[in-house]
Amino acid sequence: MRIQGWIRGPVGLWFIGCKMNKTGQNDSKFFSNILDIIFKFTVILLRFLHFSLRQTKRQQALILITASLLGCYHKPHNDPYHTEDATANIYYGAYSSAPKTLDPAKAYTTDEAQFVSLVYETPLQYQYLTRPWALEPLLATRMPEVVYKDAQGNVTSDPRLAKCSEYTIHIQPGVYYQPHPAFARSQQGGYLYWPLSADAAQAYQQISDFKYTATREVTAEDFVYEIKRLASPAVQSPIYGLMSEHIQGLSTLREEIEQSRSVDLRAYPFAGATVIDKYTYRIDLKDPYPQFIYWLAMSFFAPYPWEADQFYQNPGFADRNLSIDWVPIGTGPYEFVRNNPNQSLQLIRNTNFHGEKVPAGLAARPGKHIPYIDRIEFYLEKEAIPTWNKFLQGYYDQSGIASDTFDQAISYNAQRQPIVSPKLQKKGITLQISTSPTIFYLGFNQLDPVVGGSSAAAQKLRQALSIAVDMNEYIKLFLNGRGEVAQSPLPPGIFGARTGQAGIDPVIFQWQNNQIKRRPLSDAQKLLSEAGYPNGIDVKTGRPLALTLSIMSESNIDEGTLYAWFRQQFAKLNIELNIDSTTYSRFQDKLQNGSTQLFFSGWIADYPDPENFLFLLYGPNAKVEHNGENVANYNNAQFDAWYQAMARMPNGPERQALIDKMVQQVQEDAPWIWGFYPVSYQLSHAWVLDSYANPLMSNTLKYMRILPEIRYQARVAWNPISKWPIILIVLGLFIFIVVAVFAYRKINQRRVSIL
Amino acid sequence: MLAYVIKRILYAIPVILVVNLITFLLYFKLNSPDDMARLQLGNKHVTTAAIQDWKKEHGYDKPIFYNFHASALHHLTDTLFFEKSLKMLVFDFGQSDANRNISNDLKMRMGPSLAIALPSFILGIIVNVSVALSMVLFRETWIERSMVLLCLIIMSISTLFYIIFGQFIVAKWWHWVPLSGYSPGWSQFKFVILPILIAIISSLGADARWYRAIFLEEANKEYVQLAKAKGLSSMQILLHHVLPNGALPILTGVVVLIPSLFLGSLLLESFFGIPGLGSYTMDAILQQDFAIVRVMVYLGTVLYILGLILTDLAYTYADPRIRLE
Amino acid sequence: MIHWMFLASDLLFYLLLLFVFFYLIFVYQHDHLQKIWKSIFTQPAAKVSFCIVLFYITIALLDSMHFIVLKDRFGFKADPYTARSVLDLSLMPLPVINEETYSAPFSKHLYQKEWMPTKTGTMQNLFIPLKHTPHIMGTNKIGQDVFYIAIKSIRTGVLLGALTTLLMLPFAIIAAIPAGYFGGWIDDLVQFVYITLSSIPGVLLIAASILAMQIYVEAHPNWFLTNTVRADIRLLTLCAILGLTSWTTLCRIIRAETLKLRESDFVLAARAMGKGSMGIMLRHILPNISHLVLITVVLDFSALVMAEAVLTYIGVGVDPNMYSWGNMIAAARLELAREPVVWWPLMSAFVLMFIFILAINLFADGVRKGFSPRER
Repeated sequence: MRIQGWIRGPVGLWFIGCKMNKTGQNDSKFFSNILDIIFKFTVILLRFLHFSLRQTKRQQALILITASLLGCYHKPHNDPYHTEDATANIYYGAYSSAPKTLDPAKAYTTDEAQFVSLVYETPLQYQYLTRPWALEPLLATRMPEVVYKDAQGNVTSDPRLAKCSEYTIHIQPGVYYQPHPAFARSQQGGYLYWPLSADAAQAYQQISDFKYTATREVTAEDFVYEIKRLASPAVQSPIYGLMSEHIQGLSTLREEIEQSRSVDLRAYPFAGATVIDKYTYRIDLKDPYPQFIYWLAMSFFAPYPWEADQFYQNPGFADRNLSIDWVPIGTGPYEFVRNNPNQSLQLIRNTNFHGEKVPAGLAARPGKHIPYIDRIEFYLEKEAIPTWNKFLQGYYDQSGIASDTFDQAISYNAQRQPIVSPKLQKKGITLQISTSPTIFYLGFNQLDPVVGGSSAAAQKLRQALSIAVDMNEYIKLFLNGRGEVAQSPLPPGIFGARTGQAGIDPVIFQWQNNQIKRRPLSDAQKLLSEAGYPNGIDVKTGRPLALTLSIMSESNIDEGTLYAWFRQQFAKLNIELNIDSTTYSRFQDKLQNGSTQLFFSGWIADYPDPENFLFLLYGPNAKVEHNGENVANYNNAQFDAWYQAMARMPNGPERQALIDKMVQQVQEDAPWIWGFYPVSYQLSHAWVLDSYANPLMSNTLKYMRILPEIRYQARVAWNPISKWPIILIVLGLFIFIVVAVFAYRKINQRRVSIL
Repeated sequence: MLAYVIKRILYAIPVILVVNLITFLLYFKLNSPDDMARLQLGNKHVTTAAIQDWKKEHGYDKPIFYNFHASALHHLTDTLFFEKSLKMLVFDFGQSDANRNISNDLKMRMGPSLAIALPSFILGIIVNVSVALSMVLFRETWIERSMVLLCLIIMSISTLFYIIFGQFIVAKWWHWVPLSGYSPGWSQFKFVILPILIAIISSLGADARWYRAIFLEEANKEYVQLAKAKGLSSMQILLHHVLPNGALPILTGVVVLIPSLFLGSLLLESFFGIPGLGSYTMDAILQQDFAIVRVMVYLGTVLYILGLILTDLAYTYADPRIRLE
Repeated sequence: MIHWMFLASDLLFYLLLLFVFFYLIFVYQHDHLQKIWKSIFTQPAAKVSFCIVLFYITIALLDSMHFIVLKDRFGFKADPYTARSVLDLSLMPLPVINEETYSAPFSKHLYQKEWMPTKTGTMQNLFIPLKHTPHIMGTNKIGQDVFYIAIKSIRTGVLLGALTTLLMLPFAIIAAIPAGYFGGWIDDLVQFVYITLSSIPGVLLIAASILAMQIYVEAHPNWFLTNTVRADIRLLTLCAILGLTSWTTLCRIIRAETLKLRESDFVLAARAMGKGSMGIMLRHILPNISHLVLITVVLDFSALVMAEAVLTYIGVGVDPNMYSWGNMIAAARLELAREPVVWWPLMSAFVLMFIFILAINLFADGVRKGFSPRER
């Protein structure tokens, strides 16, 4: 490996040193320059002639040592960052699509959560390393006190008997917001920056234009204020619809806000959340909803200062993107310094951060406290290739793996286990594999007369297709093996999900020799003929069976191959498959109307509870009739009754037994062809420490550390500048000039000149 | 002159109005308010009520052209067409689907676009003129013939290849510059140098040939023969006569491009991750953010017409015999 | 058993070739044209480049004769959804051979080692040999022969250039000649239309039209049953919209020339003899602008082929499932990031495209020199 740039070699240094002793300062500079140039040219020429472009390890080490002795931390020429200090404690990351908002009441996608969760904090959070996932208090001092009440208002311990519930949350004192101009006050006590007149507001184009900032302690009132914001029509929170079914008085609040449209939501009475004292508040739910506790770990329930709404109300601020969408006010470990979602989002330590204890399982760092990284810089990288190459050059600290770079990054050992490829291993890159609580599936629309409904024929048809569509092959072909074939709606790691022999879907799979095996195609063909389609021919009409699969088209995958594969799967049973590939909007439309037959869909869990997956098959959640998330419109009274009981049950053997029955029911009914649970691979460089994938936690950066010195050395070593093209270009130019001069002379000698 | 400019601007108004109407019809047909709401709200827990609410909050629940329920003038103004399309005419662009103020984004993105477009435009003209002049100078020698062939070869290679090869060789293989990215201020040099070089090289073939034709026409004129008879050297004739006289048609020819420089380059900016207006447009197309696309169509139209007017003015400036009426 | 199938673009391409045939007859009948074309073909560069262009067009023609294989025949499996062409037949067995994944040109094995079980049951890391050798330009990610793909892409490039011309030419001529000849409100109207059209940024217009087309196809799924038909209608839409945007340049040129010709002696003489405007435009003006049209069209041709690549790369060009140079380049971009570099698909697209466009440009140069001998 070569060392970058024009770092002087030991020989050159020695010469310069000698000359410096003998002659004056200026002379030495002149000489050293000349010597330097001669030296460089000799080295280049030697290398060029001998093609010996490699240096020995010893040479490399010598050069590194001299470089560090001289203190000349040359950054490689292709360093894309403008930080002067190449060894600063900065984390560099990339994001591929710009967030649409950083408002805690609106941000819902993973793209948005990775920024929002660094700035805003929630009452609870997931434990960093514990699996299965468990919650712990973050802004709260302890886990919330949950009280269930029956119809008479009496306290009951069993949520199944309860009619409503109350969550009392105690928050930490001494939590302060990040410094922000909205809090700044004049000496008279009034707020400095609001309300401003239109003229005065003109002076402020960006958030850094405000000279004064201040802070305020977080109180229980701020948590209640944020819950009120969920109802505000001006905010348009994505979870308003869902939450209005659970939180007391949320829909009434929305109507009231709609009518009077006051900016200050404190003015509205609200039955759903009550401030008990400065550090305690209570949330009242209409129903016993034990899973509500998980929502308290999402940014929708972060504290929000009412001053922010007043501040961003200033005339013209919204036109300059000065709004809560883009300039957050949080309590988290980091705050934004540069905020241009079109290019880069940069965060620094929040000076007012209240601190957090080291999570269980991580060693404490004496003298240092969370967060360990001083600054985080995210850059917008829309194209996968530059991102990947920059990761390989050492400019991004971590990276996912695109399908196109997969076989470059990952190879398999003799046991067929995925490992980092030898090339990347040499760079010290490590791999982390994690399963997220997500499922993708092929749903049968239960309202469809052919594939839907509870008739035995339709059920057998669905079962036959479930056997025929080989998801294992799908994972291998389209996901580079990054997935696990689903056996039920419950991904691994969720309570109730079973593994091994107990976990298989007996309709589709068999257990043979301690291994899972898909049932033979003959089983499917038998089921198919029992369903009334012997060899794919509909006995009623005498014509071949044709089905339609609706797919949301995505431009980034090889659609032709994918569709051909799906057709092939159905062709195994002599069933013709039409692919109806539509845009996102049309697809949603069709699900809403129930006009699909088969469709390809997925679900990313809100929280790691079986309720959040089984509700996808709960009758009263049906898409067409009830606008819910049960897009297959599955409806089974027995399942629904079990679901109601299961949803309110604490985890335990009783719940497990009920879930087993529910899973067995849907395995029999086969409303979905269980697709796959995706598995995500993440690569980290050797200088990234304490990074563990936690799909439910998007602010793991606060626990991570980096070793900038090592990163610097790696960047220098991995980005040597090629010098030979310079020589070639200079040589080319020289030849060109010589030729041009000769040719010009010749032209002027011509007796009959054209010009 | 002023009267002419005013007349041209008045003439441009129907063009802009028609373009405005076409884009409104085209893009609202493609992307109904329902679709916008869906894209905006994501796909979890979205109800039809939420979509209606979103439309109402963002002013998309209005009738398209005529509002029967409004009073007086509001029949026409309280409509989608007026609110979302006609307001563009006074540069009131509103919010994009991605929840950003479009005018503000335009302001922020104009700089990076110009940082590439302006140098490549100016340097490109200089390089092309020098190449064209040397072709005229070495007329009917093997040098000219090989240069003409080289120009032909250069213009037969798609821009895509220049970009892909350029990025691969210079940035990935030689490690000379960052692969992509941008930073404001002086440090942007290392980010923009490669795109500028690529822009110049890819325009070299066609433009140099065009300039060569212009210079050749000039070189064939009588006064050049006269100058030669006076005993001036080829270089002198070229620099003192052919260049100044040929420069005028070249300049008037390229003036039409100047306003469009603001729009940046679609390909270069998105390949090199430069947050200019070109990549803005490209992203808008890919993400189907039609609020932005409509604005870019409008800006493109206005700048193009501005370019036409500037061209006419350049002609009168270049040749005082032409009078604009 | 096979079943012939005519795509809309096939028929239009035949129609265009028919027009070219008529033009050849026309040239044969007119001495001065014959002389010009003879002079064009005395230039060696034009001669060679014409042969190359002819070769490409022949391939495009062969690839525009489609049929469907209903029962296993000629080595094709029965497949009612895939249209095969005469070109596929002549390239057998390349269309049906699939390797596992990438392999380098003329290589005998896949480009990366894989773990394979040996006879004794242990795992061994080795290169897997190819099923078919040699692949002149290697194979791509899903193991298709790159040479085959690059050759199949020729049709897309040629048709895009040719059909765009075919679609725009009548409009340009019909609008521009009366505008230049009559002046007045007709001229104003035509000018207004082309200023309006050319002021809309082309890419955005194309993006919108392609999207509109897709929505239309989605709304009528029964009209466009197979992917081949969908891809074909998308190609035609692209041609039409490219014609609409490139129409304005030609229109401007013809109008300017007509303005000049209107004042020429022979037109004035014809008018004095009492000939009707229609007759003058057809008999006197149209023949005199035909060389201008020819030169512009040939020059535009190369620009259109290059535009296909760029537009497809952006995602608003031809169908992603269609064989085209743009799609090859879009895929190849990701391949350059591999280690070792997979360069052959990009190079194949580059070489085939470069030769084609260079040939067209050289030929266009020759045509221009032939028709306006003043220019060298």
